[in-house]
Amino acid sequence: MSIFEYNGSALVAMVGKNCFAIASDRRLGVQLQTVATDFQRVFKIHDRLYIGLSGLATDAQTMYQKLVFRHKLYQLREERDMKPQTFASLVSALLYEKRFGPFFCQPVIAGLGDNDEPFICTMDCLGAKELAKDFVVSGTASESLYGACESMYKPDMEPEELFETISQALLSSVDRDCLSGWGGYVLLVTPTEVQEKILKGRMD
Amino acid sequence: MVKMTDLPTKGGFSFDLCTRNQMLLDKGVQMPPFRKTGTTIVGLVFQDGVVLGADTRATEGPIVADKNCEKIHFMAPNIYCCGAGTAADTEAVTDMVSSQLQLHRYATGRESRVVTALTLLKSHLFSYQGHVSAALVLGGVDVTGPHLQTVYPHGSTDTLPFATMGSGSLAAMSVFESKYREGLTREEGIELVAEAICAGIFNDLGSGSNVDVCVITKGQTEYLRNYQLPNPRTYISSKGYSFVKGQTVFLEQLLLLVSKLVHVEAIFQLRVDEWQYRINWGLVPCLC
Repeated sequence: MSIFEYNGSALVAMVGKNCFAIASDRRLGVQLQTVATDFQRVFKIHDRLYIGLSGLATDAQTMYQKLVFRHKLYQLREERDMKPQTFASLVSALLYEKRFGPFFCQPVIAGLGDNDEPFICTMDCLGAKELAKDFVVSGTASESLYGACESMYKPDMEPEELFETISQALLSSVDRDCLSGWGGYVLLVTPTEVQEKILKGRMD
Repeated sequence: MVKMTDLPTKGGFSFDLCTRNQMLLDKGVQMPPFRKTGTTIVGLVFQDGVVLGADTRATEGPIVADKNCEKIHFMAPNIYCCGAGTAADTEAVTDMVSSQLQLHRYATGRESRVVTALTLLKSHLFSYQGHVSAALVLGGVDVTGPHLQTVYPHGSTDTLPFATMGSGSLAAMSVFESKYREGLTREEGIELVAEAICAGIFNDLGSGSNVDVCVITKGQTEYLRNYQLPNPRTYISSKGYSFVKGQTVFLEQLLLLVSKLVHVEAIFQLRVDEWQYRINWGLVPCLC
């Protein structure tokens, strides 16, 4: 059994027209037993930057605490929020530092950069960045997510359509994965508003 | 007295989690697959300089993680490096040596030499005894002329007129061995490199997608990103999937209007407070 399959997770982020959406499942399990159905995997760094952490839940929470700490120090020193590209480099460096004893988590970073340009990126557990222009996926359901996103994604979607697409991709993929699911959580960010929605999914 | 663990780390690797990870391994948990660049990377020397080439597929086990990643990394304006092996290692080691070269350029006031990059890379990789899994093809043109070198994960290097590395290296080397000759022109060099990479793309499962080429000559470098796209996506349906609004059922929605900027005069801007609404299904939101 792989360490990533201990808790189970599914994460996806997609780019739309001047907006982005990041979605996760809500199950926390201990191998095949479900322990929670409202587990938070997507965390806010600042108003326009979110990070989702899949993989081992304890490492995801530790990584999040370290990142919030580093970002708060950055805010104190620079008196502004971090840009998404800078934050991605920070996450990559923190993960690579543990190259020979890594954190077992795979982040998905999504943010709005300068000129409201959406930015998404994912990394493996060692910090190898993958910058994508369309979508990124992570977690135990990642193989199904790759397939669903590859077929359902269209470039330059408006926020409403983006929400529908990412929700359908997430729900259909987690239905094919035993270790993730139990509802969904979608966060849609545009330059003027942030929408959080909890999806109704199969509870098995 | 401040404990050692409270001080910020000074860079380099940190081994804190190794005990815990070893314990997990002993309990039978498998280590996760790292993202590798299965890869075909090549380089050759032509009459005016060096041509480097790479494919663009990044794999995670048998899955394609990135269909268009960049494997030709910048080291100096006149030196580029292709990387194969564990993706995090190739990126980290080339970024680190690139920064060291920049500092060296500031200290010496001269253009970087390929042997400098080579020595920095090989000494770093040797000191980690091959555990930093980066196989590199380093090429550049400096005052001493064009250079092409390969660097292996354990720290050994070779200086060659043409070189291939990665899982697709045998396919690419077959093309080079039959068609390479000294004194190639720029166009011939680029054609040969593209052909070798295509051999890797079509015959090796770890390589795929597109061909990236980088041509380095004295005083000029041309990075031809996606020089050839031999694997276009032809099966897209023109309509695509269109989901009707309201197709997805959601239980709860939270809507945050993030800071609206209001222009009062030409000079000043006032920031209106954030408003927060909780909208349950069935109730109509009240917007004041």
